[in-house]
This record gives sequence, C-alpha cells and structure tokens, in this order.
Amino acid sequence: MRHVGVRAGRLLRRQPLGVAGAVVVLVLVVAAIFAPFLAPHGPKDAAFEQFVAPGREFPMGTDNLGRDVLSRVIWGARLSLYVGLASVLVGITLGSLWGIFTGYYGGFADTSSQRIVDCVMALPPIILALSLMAAVGQSVNNVILALTILLTPTAARTVRSVALSISASPYIEAARAAGGSHLRIVLRHIVPNCLATYIVLVTTNVSYAIVVEASLSFLGVGAPPDEPSWGGMLTAGTQAMETAPWLFLFPGIAISLAVFALNLLGDAIRDIADPRLRGGLG
Amino acid sequence: MSAYVARRLLLFVPTLLGASLMIFVLMRLVPGDIAQILVYQTGSEQSSIQEKQIAQIRVELGLDRPVLVQFAVWLKNAAVLDFGESFSQRRPVRDILIERFPRSLQLAVLTMGIAMIWAIPLGVISAVRQNTWLDYLVRVVSISGLSLPIFFTGVLILYLLVKFFRYLPPLEYSALTENPVENLKQMIWPALAQAYYIAAPIMRLTRSQMLEVVRQDYVRTAFAKGLSDRAVIYRHALRNSLLPVVTFIGWWGGRLLGGVVIMEIIFAVPGMGTALVQAVSFRDYPTVQAIVFVMALIFLTLNLVVDLLYAWLDPRIRLA
Repeated sequence: MRHVGVRAGRLLRRQPLGVAGAVVVLVLVVAAIFAPFLAPHGPKDAAFEQFVAPGREFPMGTDNLGRDVLSRVIWGARLSLYVGLASVLVGITLGSLWGIFTGYYGGFADTSSQRIVDCVMALPPIILALSLMAAVGQSVNNVILALTILLTPTAARTVRSVALSISASPYIEAARAAGGSHLRIVLRHIVPNCLATYIVLVTTNVSYAIVVEASLSFLGVGAPPDEPSWGGMLTAGTQAMETAPWLFLFPGIAISLAVFALNLLGDAIRDIADPRLRGGLG
Repeated sequence: MSAYVARRLLLFVPTLLGASLMIFVLMRLVPGDIAQILVYQTGSEQSSIQEKQIAQIRVELGLDRPVLVQFAVWLKNAAVLDFGESFSQRRPVRDILIERFPRSLQLAVLTMGIAMIWAIPLGVISAVRQNTWLDYLVRVVSISGLSLPIFFTGVLILYLLVKFFRYLPPLEYSALTENPVENLKQMIWPALAQAYYIAAPIMRLTRSQMLEVVRQDYVRTAFAKGLSDRAVIYRHALRNSLLPVVTFIGWWGGRLLGGVVIMEIIFAVPGMGTALVQAVSFRDYPTVQAIVFVMALIFLTLNLVVDLLYAWLDPRIRLA
C-alpha cells in the first residue's frame, strides 16, 4: 500500500495539472454512468414551470419547455462522453489499422490511400461534418458516424508515418532475416511500437470530438433537439440570452470544463506515453 | 527542389477534384431534393400532378442524369468559373461568391491579425521568463483558450456586451468600403472570439521555439559579446524561432474557415459561412458545391504555399 502512495505522490508532483484533469474527467464519467440516479429529473420531462431562475428547487433553473437544466446537463455528460469515446475509439482504431497496413506494405496501396486522405483533409473538418450530417440525417449515431469519417484519415496519416519509420529500422530487417513472416513482424514489432501513438491519438481527440459534436448541434445538424446535448442546449439557450442566461451558461461551462480537463489529461498522458512528442504544439 | 515543386503541383489538381467529387456525391445522398422542397413547400398533399412537377423540375435542373455525368458537366463549367444558378436564391452562384467571399476573407484576416499581435509577444515573454508565475499565467490562459469552444466564446462575448455595457453590435452588415466604422463594430467581436482560440497554439509554439533557440550557441555568443537582453531576444532569438510559427500560421489560415462559418452565424455576418449553412438546409447543390470548392481551393493553396516556403527555407525537407 505504501508503494502506491509513493507513486501517486510522485505522479502528483510531476503532473499536477494532469492529475487535476483526471479528477474532473472521473467526475464526468461518474455523472455519465450514474445519470439516471444522480439527475433529479428525466432529461426530457417537460413537467415544470418555464424559465424558473436557478434556486433551491432547480439549482440550474428550468428551460423554455419547463425542463430541469441540471438534469439535462448531467444527462448531457453521458451523451457527450458516449459520442466522444465511441467515435474516437472506432475512428482512431480503424485509422490506425489502415495506417499500419499501408505504412508497412507501401507500394500502390500506400500511395492511393494517401491520396484519398489528402482529399478528405482538403476540406475544413466542420464543413465536411456539416455536409455529412446533411446527407445522413440528424441522429446521435449519425454524429458518431460523421466524426468517425473525420477522425479515421487523420489517424491513418499519423500512424502510417510511424509504421513507415519502424518498417525501415534495422531490427525489422533483422526480424525478416531471421525468417519472421509478415504477420509475425506486424503483430510482434509494428503494432506494439505504434501503441504509444495510438494512445496519444485517442486521448487528445476525445475533447476534439466533443467540441465537434457540440458545434454540429450549434449549427442545427447534430443530435435531435430534444436530446440533452450540451451544444444543442447552448444553442437553444441563446434564444433567451437576456432574460434567462442560465440556459446557455451552464451547458457552455459544462463543455468548457470537460474539454479543459480532457486537454490537461491528454497532455499528461502524451508526456508519459510518448516522450518524443514532449514540448510539441498540440 | 524543382522535382519537389513539380510533385506538389501535380498532386494539387487531383486532390481538389477528389474533394469536390466527394462533396458532390455527398450532397446527392441527402434525402429530399430541391424539386420536392419547391413543390411541397405549399404544404399540400402528394398528388400525381405534383409528381409530374417534381419530375419536370428535376429535368430542368439536370438532376435526372447520372451523378458522374452531372459532375462532369459541373466541372466543365467550373473550369470557366461558371458555377451555375443557385436553386434557392435564383441568381448565378458566381454572384453569391463575389458578394460573400470578401466578407469572410476580411473576417479571417482580422482574426489572424489579432491572434498574432497577442500570441507572439506572450509566447516570447513566457519563454524568457520560463517557470515563473508569469509563464504559468500565460500558459493557463493559453490552454483555457484551447478549451473554450469558439461558439461559447462568441455567445459569451455577445452576452457580456449586452449585459454589462448595454451594447449590441450592429446586426446589419455594412461594407468595409462604404462604412468602415460600422463594419468594424460588427466584425471585431467574432474576430476577437476566434482569435482567443487560435492564439493558444501560436503562443505555445512560439514559446517552445524560443526555448529551443535561446539554448543555441549563437545566442550564447551574442550574450557573451555583451549585447543587451533586448537585442539578443528580438534580433537573434525571435527571428530564428519565427520560421515554424509563420508556416504554422499559414497552415492554420485554412483551418480558420470552419470557425469563420460559426462566427458568421453568431454575429449575423452575411459571408460564405452563412450562405453555406443556408444552402445546405435548402439542398441548394450548386451553392454548397461552389462554396466548398472555394474553401478547399484556399485550404490546398495555403498548404502548398506553406510547404514550398518551408522547403525553400529549410533544405532538409526537400531531400526527405
């Protein structure tokens, strides 16, 4: 037990901001998992007086349809984290597999896939996501689909360059000379060496995915309006900005806090997982 | 160098075409096309007459032909800068672009200008005073800039202006050439909101570059020969650390466009972004297609210029 305490103390000293971020993220995860128990009311219960200012009964007030804002913010954590994690895990995993494959084999598969990535990355991300959402229609799962399409090429490009440089290193040559099959080399050498990049990509992109989800809701093409999406709540709140500022302030603060904490955590994990990237710009 | 330039130039056109084709196909996957919207907007029930009307409109607009044929036709016309007629605004898309583009460009340039003026000096200060409270303050401000989504910053600025200063920025657009004061009164706020976000990565990059450069031998030499701190920092260190910063700014210039769309909507600037969002909701293919094409063109051109500039300035990249 003492060892754990010592290690935790060291971590706190080296990465104080990262630990702070992790604590906030933990709170959000708890809120997301236990939303049905923590939230005093349902996210879609329009059962109360409208535009009640924050007070004892409704700590964050009620909205234009008489729904409890606190409950919607708590349920919003579930939606945001679900969308963020699901899209990042699917998108970065697919992109990494794609990147490892093309980076290792090279040749035509590599060149042509790089050109496809070029085309996707030639469009500003929000514009691409906006067009995608218009094409597939508004739903939570379609937001995840759009985000996956956004994230996959970026991951493919990053992981491909890592896989490429690993493939060119002497120990891969040695493994091949020793008679290792392609499958063995990829699984034993390439994949483990790409793992740090993968972890960094996952942790740094969750906050990005959450912001894009909220931006899409803000542009009116994200999750359907009755879903408790922080971005959607913020947008709806701007309609009554002067009379009921709590309607846009609380969801806005929730998004910012989540993104801030995830950024701090992501930075710390990047420092630990991949020392080569230390002092970078992300 | 010439081989590198040739390769980059050869990739430019196919990438632009690929991106355009992607959006072209995407827009045609959208359920419900403009013909249905035009006919059903009266709200009446479906009937055989309306079915006929829809078919007729589709033939008129060329929507009955295969997608690839439509794309070829679009491409042929786009080559001579004819982007067709807007479905919803009933005027040439080229006119919309000519009207809207300068406004978005102004907003983007203003944003980048403010971000640089504020980020580069702070980055230098943060590096020169590394690990002091000033450094920590600058870094916390910078990471908070990255954490506030720009639409929240934008709405927050609008709210604070109204609440504490009883001031509402003009929601009616005035051209920069006609009424520069009114124009800036509207444009300055969205520019500030987005600049706060963009300043963060610029500040962090300036800081890390400065930290690297001040450890170089020539900086030590400059100090050793007795130059003042100011001279060493501004003339020797800053100049050498700005190269990656400048190229990074060029690269960000393209990414700025997505944010400009959001800012235009919050602050009611009738630029390309508002036109795009409107066009998407009306299934106005020609307008969406043309605006996205122009954005991809700017984005790719900026990337190309930045890469070539970098290769010209840093020989190591050309050989890679």
